[in-house]
Amino acid sequence: MSSAWEAVIGLEIHVQLNTQTKMFCGCPVGFGGEPNTRVCPVCLGHPGTLPVINEKAVEYATRIALALDCRIAGHTLFHRKNYFYPDLPKGYQISQYDLPLGDPGHLEVQMDGGSPFSVGITRVHMEEDAGKLVHTGGASGRIDGADYSLVDFNRGGTPLVEIVTEPDLSSPERARVFLTQLRSLIEHLGVSDVNMEEGSLRCDANVSVRRHGEALGVKTELKNMNSFRFLQRGLESEIVRQIELLESGETVEQATVHFDPQTGQISTLRSKEEAHDYRYFPEPDLVSIELDEAYVEKVRRDLPELPAARKERLAHDYGIPMEDAQILSVNRPLGDYFERVACEFGDAKLAANWVTGDFAAYLNAEDLEVGESRVGPDGMVELLELVADGTLSGKMAKKVFTIMISSDSSAAEIVEEEGLGQISDEGALEEMVVEIIAANPEAVEEFGQGRSKILGFFVGQAMKKTKGQANPQLVNELFRRHLQRSL
Amino acid sequence: MDVYELDAFRCRELLAGGEISVRELTQVFLDRVEERDADVRAFLAVNGEEALAQAADVDSRPLSERTSWEGIPVGLKDVLCVKGRETTAGSRMLEGYHPPYDATAVSKLREAGLISLGRLNMDEFAMGSSTENSAFFPTHNPWDLMRVPGGSSGGSAASVSAGEVPWSLGTDTGGSIRQPASLCGVVGLKPTYGAVSRHGLIAFASSLDQVGPITRNVRDAAALLGMIQGKDPLDSTSVGFNEPIREPTTVDLSGRRFGIIKEFIGAACEPGVRRVFNLAVSAIEALGGECEEVSLPSTERGLSAYYIIAPAEASSNLARFDGVRYGMRTEGALDLMDMYKRTRSEGFGAEVKRRIMIGTHVLSAGYYDAYYGQAQRTRTLIIRDFEKAFTDYDVLISPTSPTIAFKLGERVEDPLAMYQADLCTNPVSLAGLPGLSLPAGFSEGMPVGVQLVAPHFADQELLEVGFALERELDVSTKPDGEEVAP
Amino acid sequence: MISREEVMHVAELARLHVEDDEVPRLQEELSRIMEYVQRLSELELEEVPPTTRAAPLKNVFRRDEVKSCLSQENAVSNAPAAKDGQFLVPRIG
Repeated sequence: MSSAWEAVIGLEIHVQLNTQTKMFCGCPVGFGGEPNTRVCPVCLGHPGTLPVINEKAVEYATRIALALDCRIAGHTLFHRKNYFYPDLPKGYQISQYDLPLGDPGHLEVQMDGGSPFSVGITRVHMEEDAGKLVHTGGASGRIDGADYSLVDFNRGGTPLVEIVTEPDLSSPERARVFLTQLRSLIEHLGVSDVNMEEGSLRCDANVSVRRHGEALGVKTELKNMNSFRFLQRGLESEIVRQIELLESGETVEQATVHFDPQTGQISTLRSKEEAHDYRYFPEPDLVSIELDEAYVEKVRRDLPELPAARKERLAHDYGIPMEDAQILSVNRPLGDYFERVACEFGDAKLAANWVTGDFAAYLNAEDLEVGESRVGPDGMVELLELVADGTLSGKMAKKVFTIMISSDSSAAEIVEEEGLGQISDEGALEEMVVEIIAANPEAVEEFGQGRSKILGFFVGQAMKKTKGQANPQLVNELFRRHLQRSL
Repeated sequence: MDVYELDAFRCRELLAGGEISVRELTQVFLDRVEERDADVRAFLAVNGEEALAQAADVDSRPLSERTSWEGIPVGLKDVLCVKGRETTAGSRMLEGYHPPYDATAVSKLREAGLISLGRLNMDEFAMGSSTENSAFFPTHNPWDLMRVPGGSSGGSAASVSAGEVPWSLGTDTGGSIRQPASLCGVVGLKPTYGAVSRHGLIAFASSLDQVGPITRNVRDAAALLGMIQGKDPLDSTSVGFNEPIREPTTVDLSGRRFGIIKEFIGAACEPGVRRVFNLAVSAIEALGGECEEVSLPSTERGLSAYYIIAPAEASSNLARFDGVRYGMRTEGALDLMDMYKRTRSEGFGAEVKRRIMIGTHVLSAGYYDAYYGQAQRTRTLIIRDFEKAFTDYDVLISPTSPTIAFKLGERVEDPLAMYQADLCTNPVSLAGLPGLSLPAGFSEGMPVGVQLVAPHFADQELLEVGFALERELDVSTKPDGEEVAP
Repeated sequence: MISREEVMHVAELARLHVEDDEVPRLQEELSRIMEYVQRLSELELEEVPPTTRAAPLKNVFRRDEVKSCLSQENAVSNAPAAKDGQFLVPRIG
């Protein structure tokens, strides 16, 4: 994207809660299974049935809202969102409208190798999921061209939390990173499996473009992206499409668009002739929810440690730099890894350096989760101990690490095998030092003239000769001593 | 045996005294249905065989092992889901629909051992005041077969009035228990909103619907209410009563103050109805009660507010009838949209469609605040008017219906004229208050009911007052032509 | 008077099929009803809070405990059309 344009992206995220039962009835929540076996008259929308609110869903939704720094509304209620679709058994979805559970909040996001930025959360609210519609017959299995459709209501009624962000995301990459960290946060809360493939985390995006300084452009909606990568790619493609349209003098039409990950193509679904008129009104079959301070505080107290708190604790208790603490608090598994290493190893600063540096870079490059890493905390500790006791220089340790991540050998084994141990035998080094001094009289001369920087040259020679294994501090000290003597 | 002497308490006495078996008792009523229902047409379906089988089962157990009301026949308005039994809500849309569960009120009666004789006719989806909107056929008033029984619980009221069942369950949204009770000369009670569970009551207007008894007398109404009331975990809006409903015993009304709702005895009221109402006022005074006019100005807007709120909620409640999961589906639809539209147009009658359209309109973008919002605010004013009145009066009274039963076909083409039938009952529903209608006398040979209204959850008080008044008024409830009160 | 377009629009929203020759009658009936209920707009009610429910309750919940479900057979037993245990509907568009 050329720098003349900027993107404005907002996300609408649906999180399926992992309560035992559905939002408004006692059917079990689950994934898969024979169709229409986790249903009852209520979630099938039979005449005469009534919803009853799942107290656990309210608690879980409150957790999410608190973790996103939202104010919990003291008075919240459900509304009916009326429209017709076969996967909607009552002909309306029980959702929330103008009195949502969570009022504006925000989430701090950490970019790799960048400074953190804040994404505003507009609202957090509760609603029920629809059933699953499968389009059959026809060529593509998509809606157009299907002969008929089949409906399975197992999923219908599952509790959902909808999170809407402000349009604060200025790039597809940021959107992806935000979603990744949001997912991690929610997983940490223990309220959802947040699995995009299974549909327990869903994301739609609203995206528009504009030239710097201009008013907001027309936004389109990118729906149902079921992986983080597709989200990013989809947004990238849509932004390109919009820019191309605008640059050629055309306009962007408000529409829902679909991104095909196979072809990389964006297709515009039939622009709706009119926006849905959902005719929201308060759900008369339910009464209002009044959550008092005591309730909110209890939920807050029972929350697991949130990133902001963890950041402070890591910085304070371990004495590590704030930037490192930030990274480690946002990525919970990474933070856990760090704490294990730091506790065993002792030098937290060094540990933080390594974990947020080389270790994180490796995970990133190989696209791995912390848990999938070849180097566990113990392995890392071993490596760091070798640095601490002088066996390895920092530089050599990096080299050892690169071997560790592509083999199953431990640090000690690699050092042994490759003979990469740092040479700290003063006697052996001294011999070499003397040799090098003798071979470089001009450099000696420079030193004699007070240009002590030339030491670097000498140390460099020693490192070259020892293939980097010489203990640099020791070598440095030896050169200094001998050169001084020769003055 | 004169079937008119068989109110529920009397039936119970006969059974307890061993004078008649449950089977015999059931047969008496089934015979009566056979005799009268070809004319009255209160029943959509009679399940005689099943009822007799149930009766025989009860008979097989000794009296000492039976519960209090076991073996008494009852009629159920076809809007209450009965598991495995066809339940239509008076509509073609649900022809052949067999609910997979029982309404809570139904299962409570089942537990109490009552024997359902069948499904009672009603205005389609409870929308109407004459039972002429039934998709199947209209019910006739037992006092004059050319006239309507009222609605929407027309079948429930007519069946009790004709002696086909000792008592029945109806439902009331804007007057649908009280108004037919008044027109048919029987007792009808709409309990406080929330007293009886709505689980299994096919919804019309969620914030107004209530299940209630239609009976021959007030004592029976109390007993039936006692059986069905209670907080239900399956209905978030249900509350139940703090104490069980007791058999009413009050005979004296001294010290009680009665407010005559001025807005309900105005021009819309037929002179004959006024005259009978005044008899009720005199009766109250004879018992020591004080009667005074009181004005509840907001109630004049009651019908307007109701005909916004009720259709709005109904338009949403009836959206589930789409041909997908149960009920009717049109034949040969080309695609989904076609299926939706044809199914709903074929399955719903004219009045239902009208109300769905009104409801959809008042909720739609740009209109919500002007209509629905305004109606809900009017509702608040009505509630406040009643609250204020109850600081001065114990019970409020009015005629139940501004007119006697009108002729079949008279108002069917004129929805607005039909809506006027609920003038006196509507605002009580909007306020969620309990309302009792009991027979006060006759005008032009047709029954006229008086409506009593009490504060929220004062249903016991309502029944007590009703009991005393009923005794004093002593009106015949037999439509056979005998003993018409002066 | 409610316009023809409004009648068609409402019918569309409510998924009701309306024949051309039905529209005038509907226009008339609906207009009369709307005129009647319109009387409410004469009232000055901004300060009055709306009542959205008749029951004076709040915080009614149920516990997160599994209750028994319908069998698949039972679930689709009332279905006008079903296949493989799922509800069958005609093609969407």
